[in-house]
Amino acid sequence: MSSIEEKASKAREKKALYGTDVDLESYESEAKPQSVVEDAEDLPSVVKKAAMDVGVKLDSESSGAYVQMDQTPVVAKSLFEGVEIMDMASALEKYDYLQDYWWKLVAPDADKYTADVAKSPPAGYFIRAKKGMKTVFPVKSCLYLGSTNLNQRVHNIIIAEEGSELHVITGCTTPAHVQRGLHVGVSEFFIQKNAKVSFTMVHSWGKEVEVRPRTGITIAEGGSLSNNYILLRPVKTLQTFPTATLAGRGAVASFNTVIYATMGNIDVGSNVNLNAPDTSAESISRVVCVGGEVIARGRMTGRVPGARAHLECVGLLLSDKGRIYSIPELDGQSRDLDMSHEAAVGRISEEELEYLMSRGLSSEEATSVIVRGFLDVEIKGLPEELKQEIKNITQREDLKGS
Amino acid sequence: MRLLEIEDLSVSIGSKQVLKNFDLRINRGETHALFGPNGTGKTTLLNVIAGIPRYTIDGGSIVFKGEDITHMSMDERARLGIGMAFQRPPAIRGLRLKDLIKIINPDADAPAILKKMDFEAFGDRDVNRGFSGGEVKRSEMVQLLAQQPDLVMLDEPDSGVDLENIKLIGEAINQLTQKDQRPSLRTKSGIIITHFGHILDYMKADRAHVMLGGAIVCSGNPTEILEQIKKSGYEGCVGCLCPA
Repeated sequence: MSSIEEKASKAREKKALYGTDVDLESYESEAKPQSVVEDAEDLPSVVKKAAMDVGVKLDSESSGAYVQMDQTPVVAKSLFEGVEIMDMASALEKYDYLQDYWWKLVAPDADKYTADVAKSPPAGYFIRAKKGMKTVFPVKSCLYLGSTNLNQRVHNIIIAEEGSELHVITGCTTPAHVQRGLHVGVSEFFIQKNAKVSFTMVHSWGKEVEVRPRTGITIAEGGSLSNNYILLRPVKTLQTFPTATLAGRGAVASFNTVIYATMGNIDVGSNVNLNAPDTSAESISRVVCVGGEVIARGRMTGRVPGARAHLECVGLLLSDKGRIYSIPELDGQSRDLDMSHEAAVGRISEEELEYLMSRGLSSEEATSVIVRGFLDVEIKGLPEELKQEIKNITQREDLKGS
Repeated sequence: MRLLEIEDLSVSIGSKQVLKNFDLRINRGETHALFGPNGTGKTTLLNVIAGIPRYTIDGGSIVFKGEDITHMSMDERARLGIGMAFQRPPAIRGLRLKDLIKIINPDADAPAILKKMDFEAFGDRDVNRGFSGGEVKRSEMVQLLAQQPDLVMLDEPDSGVDLENIKLIGEAINQLTQKDQRPSLRTKSGIIITHFGHILDYMKADRAHVMLGGAIVCSGNPTEILEQIKKSGYEGCVGCLCPA
């Protein structure tokens, strides 16, 4: 037994530090194989539509595509010579060197979810931006959970080689007919020297779906990450706390989180270790809650002089049925740090509401306009078309504030 | 013909009475200026006409276009034709000015309105966010030009504005109150609060009132009243026998 499997076996029952506990036994671990298609165009229309709903338009304006239905990678295709895209099992077979990346940023025994993924046959994407190659269009990926009661397990690796530029947009979604399901996604991102990565993840799940992403990121000297997470649809439980380590001088990470909660238990945040000089990190989360519980975490740990970190958690609580629990944490472990946070939880300002009503908007219309504006986070470092796609999601007419 | 008729209106905030047995009548096509020291109820009057809910109406009525609007909601009043340029409006994060123009009036020619106020560069900015004092005033005028209300209320549209832009704002007010048309053709009216009256060099007001202690103490020709105030202060208005 490999040491990964050994560790995983020992962690089978290990509960996660955060989030509600999921009964893994209550989900099916065997998935029916799906048919592989030559091109994203050939996907079943229900999948294409679901992908569109999470902002993933699988068209020619992409640097490549990866689509996974349940446990089957059905499309893995690069459309730009600077980017390699493969399904994880094939990549592990092709490249021995991947063993140096496999389970290096997320521990197989971190909790029962990572352990479960470690014991399963690998499925997920491998995306490699080649040295010095800059993509303009994003790589688009869709993880589609299409069978009721399935435990979908995904393990992804992204390597942005020295001086490369990579944009990825991932939509994780389930169609309306899926009553119940579990999605566990392990992701390990390696951002090498002077590489620039933007990673945008949009989630759209069902009311009985549980979600446990596990993400580890390392950023080398001069590298940067812009990580965006958007959740606007109901989910039963979701817990994620991606950890980024700024390992080289001048590395930069920025996390943006946008959540519109109507129900469920949503425990999200980001954790950044500033381990090298001149590194900086920023984490901004905006939460609108009309129901359910949202725990918005942010943790920054400064370990060397000169590191700069800023946390911002702002929440609009619009109902008595909801809860927003904001937990910003700053851990300074060196001199000459510049670390700050601001957190606020409140209601929509009466003054803003009255202002818009004085222009003829009804109270409902004014609320909706203010909420949409609140969620419209300015996300830096994204290509224009990706910005537009995200804007389209956050500006949807059906996103009402009540 | 009467557009606005306020009769015996008494208003308080908390336990403090701000307007006392207040009367005001504005005909269609007329623009009235309101003068008076700080804290005398001018802004309260405009807010109460606009329908901002944090005031208590203790008595009296507000009739607009023949309809009693004393207890009508703000948005209904706006749709009925009441518009207001706020003295210190809030910023709205994530709402672009040009998008607000379209929300206020889908038929509005946003580029033309922005151009008129020399405000094209602000169309893509969030409403009032990071605007200077003078820019806020132009943002308010842009929104009113989109709204085209029948009664335009302006709460110190000239404060914090440089001379060049006072002229621009004055012209916009004249347009909103149809001062470019013959008096007999005018149907729109205005109420303007101004401290120093600079704006009156660039726009036309038909009548002026001096407010003290929550009531009008003097009414008359705007230029004459302004001269009187400049000469002997608001105190001079107390003993004034001008017809109120």
